Amino acid sequence: MIRFLLKRLGLALVTLFLLSVIVFAISTILPGNVGRSVLGPFATQESVDALNEQLGTDRPILVQYWDWASGLVQGDLGQSLTLQVPAWDLLQPALKNSLKLALVAFLMVVPVSILGGIVAGLRYGGITDRAITIAGISFAAMPEFVTGIVLILVFGIWLGWLPVTAQAPEGSNLLTQLEYLVLPALTLTLVLFGYIARITRAGMIEALDSDYTRTAYLKGLASSVVVRRHVLRNALLPTIAVVAVQVGYLVGGLVAVEVLFNYQGIGLLIYEAAREKDLPLLTAGVLVVGVVYLLVTLIADVLYAALNPRIRLEALE
Amino acid sequence: MTSLAAPEPTPIQESAKSEASAARSERLRLLLRMPTVIVGTVVIAFWIFCALFPGIVCPYDPIFDNQLPVNEPPSLDFPFGTDTNGRDVFSRVLAGSRSVLLIAPAATLIATVLGTILGLMTGFFRGIFDDVTSRVIDAILSLPVIVTAILIVTAVGSSSRWVVALTIGLIMTAPISRTVRASVLAEAELDYVQAARLRGERSPYIMFREILPNVLAPVVVEFTVRLGYAIFYVATLTFIGFGVQPPSPDWAAQINQYYTFIDPYWWMTLFPALAIASLVVSANLVADGVREVYER
Repeated sequence: MIRFLLKRLGLALVTLFLLSVIVFAISTILPGNVGRSVLGPFATQESVDALNEQLGTDRPILVQYWDWASGLVQGDLGQSLTLQVPAWDLLQPALKNSLKLALVAFLMVVPVSILGGIVAGLRYGGITDRAITIAGISFAAMPEFVTGIVLILVFGIWLGWLPVTAQAPEGSNLLTQLEYLVLPALTLTLVLFGYIARITRAGMIEALDSDYTRTAYLKGLASSVVVRRHVLRNALLPTIAVVAVQVGYLVGGLVAVEVLFNYQGIGLLIYEAAREKDLPLLTAGVLVVGVVYLLVTLIADVLYAALNPRIRLEALE
Repeated sequence: MTSLAAPEPTPIQESAKSEASAARSERLRLLLRMPTVIVGTVVIAFWIFCALFPGIVCPYDPIFDNQLPVNEPPSLDFPFGTDTNGRDVFSRVLAGSRSVLLIAPAATLIATVLGTILGLMTGFFRGIFDDVTSRVIDAILSLPVIVTAILIVTAVGSSSRWVVALTIGLIMTAPISRTVRASVLAEAELDYVQAARLRGERSPYIMFREILPNVLAPVVVEFTVRLGYAIFYVATLTFIGFGVQPPSPDWAAQINQYYTFIDPYWWMTLFPALAIASLVVSANLVADGVREVYER
């Protein structure tokens, strides 16, 4: 287990390093001239040069990367160009908001979609299975803003049940805050339902078809016991891996939902940084999203290994 | 390069060819038996028709401002109402498929070609080249596509439709090359690859003439599946303001323009949203059928 952990951690660090190189390359090398790209074609050459000097983008590429990366290691994500404050000061509250929304969505989507997958798997090939599968594919394929628009219209405007923005008024209590988060979280739930339900369904079908399930039935166990003890335990294992990947998405894929619902999360911040051509803030935001994703998948892999006796025991030997 | 020229077909190759075409028509027959595939194909064909002949299908001009009364709710004259600029929403929805039907397939094509080449090379050569490429792909996949796309488009400083197509295409190269690589690794173990090596064939010949035809099934599946994703990404980027700009009729751009006025002008946003929904769901129903037929 220790060896597995170390190996997995090493892999995550390598990926993190490459991620930083890629993000740096896109934001520094791609524009050609960062100052010109930020200020536009009509700015004077002097102001472009001044901005490049201020940002340090007139230095050799490797020096720039070294400087930037050593700052990152010390927790310095750089300075926002338009607001002139450390990027982390803006990112930290935004990240907190996004995690809040992601958590609400997570608590909604996981039970619903696992249940959907189990039902579809048990009714494999039947009309219920078809309905759940097609609904899942359809909602998963739909861009979040499309689902969100329809939900806003139906539940927010026509029925008037829920607020149409996600940002609760300052100082409101937890329940009110939750009420504001229901619609965006529901949007995310619909998008993710299909993925998770599909994997659970596939796991169910495979487990139902296996020799150990047949043995359990032939032993004379009641089918509810077979499903609970033998089928579910094996069927849910691959689901954990998928759920983890989708949590990564929940934190980073929020841009469209946060823009639509005007929610002050990291997705909206990335969007605003892009609109303002605030490259340093944008770069820092993208990197934070990547780090969150890597962390979540790392935790999921460890959890998966701990729950799967095949990996756990192999590592013990 | 002489080894790349097509050799004379032998009887064995001829029979293999007819076998391949029989498998193809069998797959097509299976596909056309699936109701979901038929529905999806009909809807996509409808939108392609609208994109090709907006002049025939649109009752009013979709672009020019102030030809009609403004902010009219849906009625018999204007089934989808009119927008704030005095344009017929029905006409704009019919004309609005054009850009996404250009950008998304272009992006998918770029990704499929580059991803297949990269997948063939990494799977065939293995070694340090494969290790490094695979880690880079891991890193790219650890960022949500939309976030990476925003970063690239902002860094380039332009979000014309071709920049968007190229951006999405380059990002989607990563997952496609990973799928193709996995298939190539399995093929490379087989005898015919070994035989080609022993004959002294060059690597490009083995990759493109020997292995590629045998990994076409996953490539086709990837193309259809990624097309659905590409529509998703292009629409989302346009919704947040990158890509097609007003006054060009485009579903996501229309939503971007009017969603803040959804109360009370819901028709300006809802109908383009339903149009996007019909296209992505159709693309995915077809892709799902293709996957089922090819992976059986």
